[in-house]
Amino acid sequence: MSPTRAHEARRRRENPRTGELSLAEAPSTGHGPIVRPYGDTTGDGMVQVSFTLPLPHDKRAEGAAIRLAHQMGIEPALLVHAKAIGPDFTFFVVYGPVKHVVDIRAIDIVEREFELLSSKEVNTAIRKHLRRKLVVVGACIGTDAHTVGIDAILNIKGFAGEKGLEYYRELAVHNLGAQVSIPELVNAAYDLKADAVLVSQVVTQKDAHLHNTTAMSAAFREAFPAGQVPHLVVGGPRFEEGSAPSLGVDRIFGRGTTPGEVASYLVHALVDPTTPQRTRKAKSA
Amino acid sequence: MLEVDKAEVKRARSLARKAGRPVVNLAKRHTTVSVERATLRLAGLSGADHELVPWVNHLVDAVRGQVGLESGVALPVWDALRRGEASDLTTLAQKAAAGAVTFRIPQGADATRAGKAARAAIARGIRTIDKQRVTRDKLIARHGDPKQKPWIYLIVATGDIYEDIPQAQAAAREGADVIAVIRSTGQSLLDFVPEGATREGYAGTYATQENFRLMRAALDQTSKELGRYVRLTNYASGLCMPEIATLAGLERLDMMLNDSMYGILFRDINPIRTFVDQRFSRQIHARAGIIINTGEDNYLTTADAVEAAHTVTVSQLLNEYFAKEAGLQDWQLGLGHAFEIDPSIPDSFRLELAHALLARTLFPDAPLKWMPPTKHMTGDIFRGYLLDGFFNLVGAITGQGILLVGMMTEAVVTPWISDRDLALQNVRYVLNAAGGLSEDFHPPRDGFIQTRAREVLGESIALLENILADSDASGDPPLLAAIADGTFGAMRRPASKGKGLDGVIRKAPGYLNPATDLLEEGATR
Repeated sequence: MSPTRAHEARRRRENPRTGELSLAEAPSTGHGPIVRPYGDTTGDGMVQVSFTLPLPHDKRAEGAAIRLAHQMGIEPALLVHAKAIGPDFTFFVVYGPVKHVVDIRAIDIVEREFELLSSKEVNTAIRKHLRRKLVVVGACIGTDAHTVGIDAILNIKGFAGEKGLEYYRELAVHNLGAQVSIPELVNAAYDLKADAVLVSQVVTQKDAHLHNTTAMSAAFREAFPAGQVPHLVVGGPRFEEGSAPSLGVDRIFGRGTTPGEVASYLVHALVDPTTPQRTRKAKSA
Repeated sequence: MLEVDKAEVKRARSLARKAGRPVVNLAKRHTTVSVERATLRLAGLSGADHELVPWVNHLVDAVRGQVGLESGVALPVWDALRRGEASDLTTLAQKAAAGAVTFRIPQGADATRAGKAARAAIARGIRTIDKQRVTRDKLIARHGDPKQKPWIYLIVATGDIYEDIPQAQAAAREGADVIAVIRSTGQSLLDFVPEGATREGYAGTYATQENFRLMRAALDQTSKELGRYVRLTNYASGLCMPEIATLAGLERLDMMLNDSMYGILFRDINPIRTFVDQRFSRQIHARAGIIINTGEDNYLTTADAVEAAHTVTVSQLLNEYFAKEAGLQDWQLGLGHAFEIDPSIPDSFRLELAHALLARTLFPDAPLKWMPPTKHMTGDIFRGYLLDGFFNLVGAITGQGILLVGMMTEAVVTPWISDRDLALQNVRYVLNAAGGLSEDFHPPRDGFIQTRAREVLGESIALLENILADSDASGDPPLLAAIADGTFGAMRRPASKGKGLDGVIRKAPGYLNPATDLLEEGATR
């Protein structure tokens, strides 16, 4: 850390400006509640950003980069790198302390509403309370051909060291693969008597993942009588937590979700002993 | 660099030939709607109705509806023209779409005359392809090839051809030797080729004849400016593979993605449809002087890259067989492979070197296409940048022909201008610093790398033997039986299923396709 920045941190701890949160308010150990980024000294607020401006590389462009950094709350902004990309663009790397702080008491998070279970516990719960296999149908819908997401969750091989759902004895998993049309998916879910439908949307542009998901949930609600719609679960890196209701699905999983989490969730949602078993099997007649 | 038993290599090739030949014979006995449409495109039929349904689709559908396609589309179409049903192909297609044409299968002298007229019309398209090839050769002679190997291959994908063009030109100025315009997701499953310049696509831009023309013209300009011929790549895959190959030949594209099994395994397209379409498209590519790029990287992204290493080799051998059978030469075979081994496993880099070196050794005269990590790009762009550096290093050491530039923002965003610039700096640094390393790099015969390479070759031979021993109840060729029971990529794709099956037609004894004839004879008239 440069002497200037060390000095800055000390000043903010000992002699904050008006309106500036004193670093003394943030405890030097422990977690929060007031936090700012950490470079190499508690409370230094250091961040790095990189961006491109549509300007030729000259003094004016560098000034523009610094001004932008100021407006982003980085002050003083240290322009550590500037490079022309062709005649019309310049790439910048900026370091500096942000003046913003975060009060972590004000953060809303979706706490995991279910208990994480081992594969054995998942199997036991299903065997004991559902007394048949839990049927899971998975697919990539629409034009998305990227099965990495659904495969990571379903294939035995799994993801992040956890085996996929196919590994669970009490789960009957049907992976329909990529570019499955919505009607195909609805029909497969019907024929296989799916308890849960898992849909992955990895590659998306212009909000295709949202359109596909709402179209999918609408199709399911149309095709199945109310109360008999399979549990709809969507996953993908671009979904926002908490947007499940607006998309008409039951649960959304984001980046980094592991098969074990999905399996635990399915048990929580579908085989909780306190909820009565659904009797949607009549439709197979 | 690698010492492999020549007899083993010979054996691997002969097994690939044995597996491939019955499939080629099967392909020769069939045609598809897309092959027939491509034939009409060669004869100059283009354009679409107000709902953007191409006239080639209308005409082929009308012929099929009335007299079937068992004899090919050429005979009934040119017979109808000779009978004065319409003055030209477009008018005929328009009238046929309205149900105002009666087709028949001409017999005797009528058939001979219709066949001759068809051949004359279709030969004009073939000659256009020939002319484009000559033009390419001239432009390469004038502007020159890239100074370095591997050629640097960059992807552009905005969805809007008018955005793609400046991006492609900028990428070329920054050092790209090959520009690939990635297609809109989902185009592979369209049973028609969209028409005109397009501005709407998901994660890519539609392949259309007009988009091809616009981009090639723009890159011709840039080639002149840079004093280096910038190549253009697109995708001859999916249900319209033969038509897109044809349009690529007509509009002087330089490389086409074209894999023998990709559509079957990863798009669930019917196996027979794929092999028939693929053979025709490769015959066009051979004629047009287009370099094909095969898609072996896909095996590694869907399966474990160490366990599945030999499936890449097997696919390369099959792709080579099918390509050569269709008339392609070694310099046109951009056989694919990729850097997809989990970086957290010990010796992952040595394993990558071994696999890349094996491909280089097996196909010494092919411009191998080396593809960057995607599966283990986590969103940690800093780590990803390092991984791409190691990928580039393997490319440099093992003398790859075409290097697809890896983006550190893989799996995060479609590349930004800065991502591309940083990625190219990475490539340039490695090639500049270590480009000559292949000279010094001689892994010892019994060392880890050579041993691993030989092991993969051994596994490939075993897999090919397995494939040849495969059979199914309907008596399909062993390769089709193997595809059906999930030998590749763990996906089961029976020959009786998959998309596009209804567009496969068994040829009747009098079948005529002047395009295939011209391509197989190497004739111009």
